[in-house]
This record gives sequence, structure tokens and C-alpha cells, in this order.
Amino acid sequence: MFEGVPLTWFLIVATLMFFIGIYGFLVRKNLITILMSLELILNSVNINFVAFNKLLYPQHLEGMFFTVFIIAVAAAEASVAIAIIINIYRRLVNIDVEKMEEMKY
Amino acid sequence: MLIMRHELLLVAITVILLLVEIFLPQDKKHKIILPAILLMALVTIIGFIPGPTGVLFGGMYGTSPLILLMKNILNIGVLIIFTQSVSWLKLEEQKEKIGEYFVILLSTLIGMDYMISSGDFLMFYLGLELATIPLATLAAFERFKEKSAEAGVKLIFTSALSSGILLYGLSMIYGTTGTVYFPEVSAAYASAPLQILAFIFFFAGMAFKISLVPFHLWAADVYEGAPINVTSYLSVISKGAAVFIFMIILYTVFNKIALMWRDVIYVISILTMTLGNLFAMRQRNIKRFLAFSSIAQAGFILLGIIGQSQLGMTTVVYFVLVYIFSNLGAFGVAAIISSKTGKESIDDYDGLYRTNPMLSLTMMLALFSLAGIPPVAGFFGKFFLFTAAAKQGMYILVFIAVLNTIISLYYYLLVVKAMFLNQSDRPITYFKSDVYTKLGLAMCIAGIIIIGFASPVYEFILKLSYGLY
Repeated sequence: MFEGVPLTWFLIVATLMFFIGIYGFLVRKNLITILMSLELILNSVNINFVAFNKLLYPQHLEGMFFTVFIIAVAAAEASVAIAIIINIYRRLVNIDVEKMEEMKY
Repeated sequence: MLIMRHELLLVAITVILLLVEIFLPQDKKHKIILPAILLMALVTIIGFIPGPTGVLFGGMYGTSPLILLMKNILNIGVLIIFTQSVSWLKLEEQKEKIGEYFVILLSTLIGMDYMISSGDFLMFYLGLELATIPLATLAAFERFKEKSAEAGVKLIFTSALSSGILLYGLSMIYGTTGTVYFPEVSAAYASAPLQILAFIFFFAGMAFKISLVPFHLWAADVYEGAPINVTSYLSVISKGAAVFIFMIILYTVFNKIALMWRDVIYVISILTMTLGNLFAMRQRNIKRFLAFSSIAQAGFILLGIIGQSQLGMTTVVYFVLVYIFSNLGAFGVAAIISSKTGKESIDDYDGLYRTNPMLSLTMMLALFSLAGIPPVAGFFGKFFLFTAAAKQGMYILVFIAVLNTIISLYYYLLVVKAMFLNQSDRPITYFKSDVYTKLGLAMCIAGIIIIGFASPVYEFILKLSYGLY
């Protein structure tokens, strides 16, 4: 399906996704969208690993294993984060990061 | 099987406690406290029995006598934290969640153990995540407090971001070397530009975890908001484990670019010590104060890592051991005062000596040890770190570190002054600590004094770290 696509293209996509994720993490105000930015970051890493594994080192599967584990851990992370966000919503009736400033100073 | 005994024992007691937790009726959850502490003490003692070391799973997991010692140090710290959290756990709000606290805390400890003895980046990553994700739930443990929820959300997002950055670095390392095993990565590592970029990403990710300047600001917020026992766990055990694996990876994987990371650590060490100390001076909340002091201590630890030798490795392990006892002593006193009276400001400590002399003396000893006043253990910890850096000829760095010690002495003594000299019309009233807290604080005091006076501890670590660097 991806025959002949050079490695660089995959890396460009992954890098773009990574930095869009970082940008979103810094700029977004809603906690759920911040969580989505984090998923973007982790998925860009997945693309990197799979592309490197498939195109450079097809004889071993370490990159694939890494990807599978990252997906699983990201799911666990998201579930804990959402549980905490729900708790925040119950306390503040809001999930805007600007409102979470009780300990800023 | 015997090689993995630390982890397997911890898994066993976690499962036992989980089952006990499930079958205890809702109003009898406090009955789990004694078995939890006894089981943890048992595991700690068994951990000291010498046994086989080696490599498992084709190099994914490996231990050495020094790594076993690191795990034992973490076990001791967790045991002390267990005893110190009892008075807080027995409060009305936490009554139904006592079992969960122990189970979650133990699962993060398992993650740290796997992280320390990892032999490849996959195992390292899994251990790291097992050690940080449950910690966020612990930070948000006090469900009805806004601050606690805020601390939880800050912890989970910063740690997720930092592991994302770290993973991006790891993916580049994999792309340039074709392997994730530490020895093979080290062998294939040249200083190609992409590999140096990968190292920068990796370093930034780890710096978040150890809360080094400029990645430190999450620490102050999370430490203040989280329940105080969780804060002590975060600032001592979690940081100690991260420092151990950071040192191991720097020495074994990135040894070829040592000249480069030495400069990076040089600068970051100065920044961390200085900023941590300067910010600690203006804090009035005891938790936030101890948070910044622990950031500054992380800067001192880097001095040992920069030492890059058997001596450096020994001093880091020794300092973390001392740091566990002294910081847990300070946190233990703050925790019992917070759970008995709800007071967390340094101003509330005015005249504490008149009402609670034993607690004040413990706090004083712990703070002296943190500041590094002889003859308590903290002095030797810092002294050896300075020696390790001085052996590399970094006299300017050592000079700045000594200056920072003096600054830190100022704000540690402010707390001591508040307790002993200041008068207060409404001091904290006298209260009786429960037996668990007394036990925990006694262990801290014993550790601070014994390690300060007994040189065999240091020589023992020095012997274990032989040939590892």
C-alpha cells in the first residue's frame, strides 16, 4: 500500500503532528483538547517507530512492539486523566485551565 | 525467578492487599493498615538477604548488587511513608479509601523497581509509566478538595507531556541505531546530529521527571496541592528512582557523548540549585517550601552525576539514601501537624518547641541534615558530592554549590528559628502522635544519625559500585 513512499515523508508527517500537539498543549484552554493534543504527540511517536521499523530495520520487530505498548499506555493515561478531569468538573463546574489557578503563585 | 525477587514480592503483597481490601466491609477498612505495614517491613527485610543477580528476558531486565541496594533504599523509604500516612488515612474523608492508598502506592513502587533494572528502553518506558500514572490518582486522592484535583490534573498532564517528549527522543534513537537495548544502543551511538537531537529530547523528558530547572514549575504546584504524604513520596521516592535510572542511562547508554552532556548538566545544575534556593526563601507554605528545597537538592545530586566515576555513582546513591531519611523526617513532622491541626503555613510553627518539643527536635535534625550541618548525615552526603565534582576539576561549580549551601542554610534556619525562638499567642496545641508516626520518625532520626556516624555504609556502597562505570 505504501510501496515507494520514502521515509522522509513519514518523518515529516510525524514531526508536524508532534509540534501541532505541543502547540495545542500550550495554547488550548479546555482540558479535553489538551488531552487530545497529548494523544497527537504520542501518535506521532508511533508513526516514527513504525516507519523506522518498516523501512530501515524490517528484520526485527522492536519498533512495532514499542508502538503497541505506547498505544496501551496512552489508553491508561487517558483514562486516568479523564477521571481526574471529571472530578475537576464536579468541583469547579468547569474544565477551563484558566480557572485552575488556586496554587499559581 | 530469584533474580526478580524484589518485584515479585511487591506484586505478591499488592495482590494480597487488594484482595483483603475487597473483602473488608466498608466501615472496617482501617484494619488493613497493620497488615500493610507488616508486609512492607517483611519485604524490606527480605530484600536485604543477598541473592543471585543477573540478566533476564534477553537483556530487557538486569540487576546488579548496586541496583538491588537502590531498590532496598526505595523500600525503606516507602516503609517510612506507610507509617507516616496512618494518621492522615484515619481522617474521616479517607476512611473508605485506606486500602486503595496502599495498593496504588505499591504499584508505583513496582514500576520504579522495573524502571531501575531495565535493560532496554521499552522496559524503561513501561516502568516509568507504571510509576507515574498511578501517582496522579494519588495526588488527586482527596476527592473533595479543589487543590488536590488541581494537583492531580497538573501532574498527569505534565508527566504525559514529558513522556511524549522523551518518547520522541527514543524514536529517533531507534531510528538511528536500529535497536532499543542499552548495550547495543551505546555501541551504535556516534555523535550524528540526529542522535544529539534525540539526546536533547530524552534529557528534557527526564528533566521534567526529576524537576530540574527550567522544567520544574509543575513540581511546586503539585507538591502543594497533593496530600502531604503523597508529596513526600513524590519528592523523595519518585525523584530518587528517576535520578537512579537517569544516572544509569547516562553512564551506560550515552557514555560516548559524555563530554556533551557534562556541559549540559553543568549549566542545569547551577540553575537548579540557585533558582530552587532563591524561590524556597519566599515560600510561606511548608509543603511548597519543602518542594523548592527538594528542587534545589536535585541540583546538588547532579553534582555527583557529573562526577562520572565510581565515586560519582557512589555519592549519588549515598546522597539519595541520606536525602530519603532527612526529607522524610521533615515531611513526617509536617504531615502529623497537618493531619492533627490542618495547619500548613510556616507562621503556624511559631513557638512549636514549647508545646511539642519532640516534633520540633525531629524537624530541626531533619532540616540540619538537609542543609548539611555536621555531624548529621546530610553533611557527608553533600561533602562527597562536592568531592566527586571537584575530582573532575570543576572548582567553579563546587564553589557555586557551596554558596548555595549557605543560602539554603538561611531558609532552613528560618523554620528552626520559628519553632524555637519566635513567640506566638496561639501556638499549635500539644497533641499525642500515634505509635506509627513515632515509629516512622524514629526510623528517620536513626537513619540520619547512624549514617552520619558510620562510615561502613559509604564504604559498602563504594564496594558495590566497583566496576560499573
